[in-house]
Amino acid sequence: MTVAIFTFYAFAVSTIMGGLMTVLSRNPVHSVLWLILAFLSSAGLFVMLGAEFVAMLLMIVYVGAVAVLFLFVVMMLDVDFAELKAEMSRYMPLALLIGVILLMQLGMALGVWGYSDGYATRLAAPTGDLQNTAALGQLIYDKYIMLFQLAGLILLVAMIGAIVLTLRHRVDIKRQNILAQMYRDPAKAMELKDVKPGQGL
Amino acid sequence: MISADMTTVLPEIFLAIFAMFALLGAVYTGKDATASMLTWATGAVFLALAIWIGMQGGDRVAAFGGTFVSDGFSRFLKVTILLSAAAVLVMSEAYMTRRGLLRFEYPILVALAVVGMMVMVSAGDLMTLYMGLELQSLALYVVASLRRDSVKSTEAGLKYFVLGALSSGILLYGASLTYGFAGTTLFSGILASVTGGASLGLLFGIAFLIAGFAFKVSAAPFHMWTPDVYEGSPTPVTAFFATAPKVAAMGLFARVVFDAFGGVVGDWQQIVAFLSVVSMFLGAVAAIGQTNIKRLMAYSSIAHMGFALMGLAAGTAFGVQAMLIYMAIYVTMNVGTFAFILAMEKDGRPVTDIAALKNYSKREPLQALAMLVLMFSLAGVPPMVGFFGKFYVLRAAYDANMGWLAVSGVVASVIGAFYYLRIVYYMYFGEETEALDGKMNPVLWLFLMGSAAVMVLGVVNLFGIEPLAAAAAATLVN
Repeated sequence: MTVAIFTFYAFAVSTIMGGLMTVLSRNPVHSVLWLILAFLSSAGLFVMLGAEFVAMLLMIVYVGAVAVLFLFVVMMLDVDFAELKAEMSRYMPLALLIGVILLMQLGMALGVWGYSDGYATRLAAPTGDLQNTAALGQLIYDKYIMLFQLAGLILLVAMIGAIVLTLRHRVDIKRQNILAQMYRDPAKAMELKDVKPGQGL
Repeated sequence: MISADMTTVLPEIFLAIFAMFALLGAVYTGKDATASMLTWATGAVFLALAIWIGMQGGDRVAAFGGTFVSDGFSRFLKVTILLSAAAVLVMSEAYMTRRGLLRFEYPILVALAVVGMMVMVSAGDLMTLYMGLELQSLALYVVASLRRDSVKSTEAGLKYFVLGALSSGILLYGASLTYGFAGTTLFSGILASVTGGASLGLLFGIAFLIAGFAFKVSAAPFHMWTPDVYEGSPTPVTAFFATAPKVAAMGLFARVVFDAFGGVVGDWQQIVAFLSVVSMFLGAVAAIGQTNIKRLMAYSSIAHMGFALMGLAAGTAFGVQAMLIYMAIYVTMNVGTFAFILAMEKDGRPVTDIAALKNYSKREPLQALAMLVLMFSLAGVPPMVGFFGKFYVLRAAYDANMGWLAVSGVVASVIGAFYYLRIVYYMYFGEETEALDGKMNPVLWLFLMGSAAVMVLGVVNLFGIEPLAAAAAATLVN
């Protein structure tokens, strides 16, 4: 067993373990931590494929931002996961049955997997001295520019949606008015009184 | 090359830029005070784009390396989508203003959803398909829960979102299996690689993809979200759900099965035929017990999608033509019916119980007559245009040696006629219980009467839609 194969199996096993434990662990915080393990191991797999950029992206974006955000959300939300799980367990037998049938069917399909003719030529890695990042840039900003822009529109919709569904303008709270603050000057805001000794105001 | 590509997607770019400018403009000026004006402006832009796209001619043009396709088929569907979206937007303005629901984001989200739909029907690549679908779906999830203080509306939005995400996952799985088989995501590439029958793996890919589409067109057995979402969403949003997104999803469905899997018609035909039969019967039978007119329309749309899928199941150019005609007629009927539903109120509050329609003809004979025409048309009673829609798909199925499908279609349509006729019965012979206000906003009145008039006058030549649909179908199936 060469080092490469050993590394592959190590990463593959830990990816699947991470995924499995994400679903199975009782504590949601542990779930997120297992999820991070799954992300890290898949980043390792990407490195082995020669896709360093995607691997780094996975680390920075998913582990660095998304998973940490998940962690915060899970800790902040007051959700009784035990109760949710109890509710889930009622449907467990049916879900398991469907899952197992689907898995068997997929196993059947993948067992006799055949590729189309000319599959290899269509999927062959581009030859030449092209770096990962440069190649991705050429795809995203040239060939798939429209898809890239559409992805941007989807994010815009998500942003509008989040604002529409959650933003409330409350009238009964005081807001900071920066302009009013800036234009405030001592002459108008203060009044000097000469208080004589022994007398009140 | 890039400028030619840009020209091809110019209508989509224009609409997206309009939406973004409208967003900026509304945020920096009057916010919700501009909503009414924006709604009308968006409707006008839809109308202008529909005319622009309708005027365009020419052969099939593939842009951005084949990921975006503009041909007669996509143009036909885009015009249908834009016109129906414009009609629904304009209809919803008064209703939403009165209930304090009209926020300026509503027309903008609808515009962005329409951009997604236009991309969907022009998809030439599995990635474009997914991008268009998600752009449309995300905007729809948000407008479903627009009435955020109502439990039903938020439930509708959440249900739609969770099930929609599941169906997107299934669809992506199918896409990845297809990609794994063909080694390319381009429809033309997939079409070229699938020669001489689909392998088992590819068949799984097709099945997963079709399951995803069936969810989007709300075909049984993937329909479970429809009644709840239709009932919970604000009525104008329900009207929108029942029209443009259905056309777009059906167009995408046809686009994929012919453009990508046109070489293995026999393999997907049986799946589509199955969906068609189940949808027709489920829609017809389950609607009988409904008393809420929005839920009833949900089951009605499930049944109608079954009929449209029958055209697709035929797997021929005539079948696609029949489907296109069916969808255009379906959308017209639904616009009119929802114009009526939007006007159903009692003491200024919306009513959705069909029992409230009892004896409506005594109070508003003209409206009741228009509704009668629309209900007959939805049921497929011969003199109305709705009958011709059904006739085309039945003939397409029969011509494709699927006589059993045509027969079950006829049986389902007879069962389904019951609940449409029950509404007519209530309006004409029911004993009056709680009378509706009967007043109708002039815009809604115009759409109701216009739609009913189309259903009657269209018998002459279907307003010349037949050759247009034939030309559109010919560009897809060849």
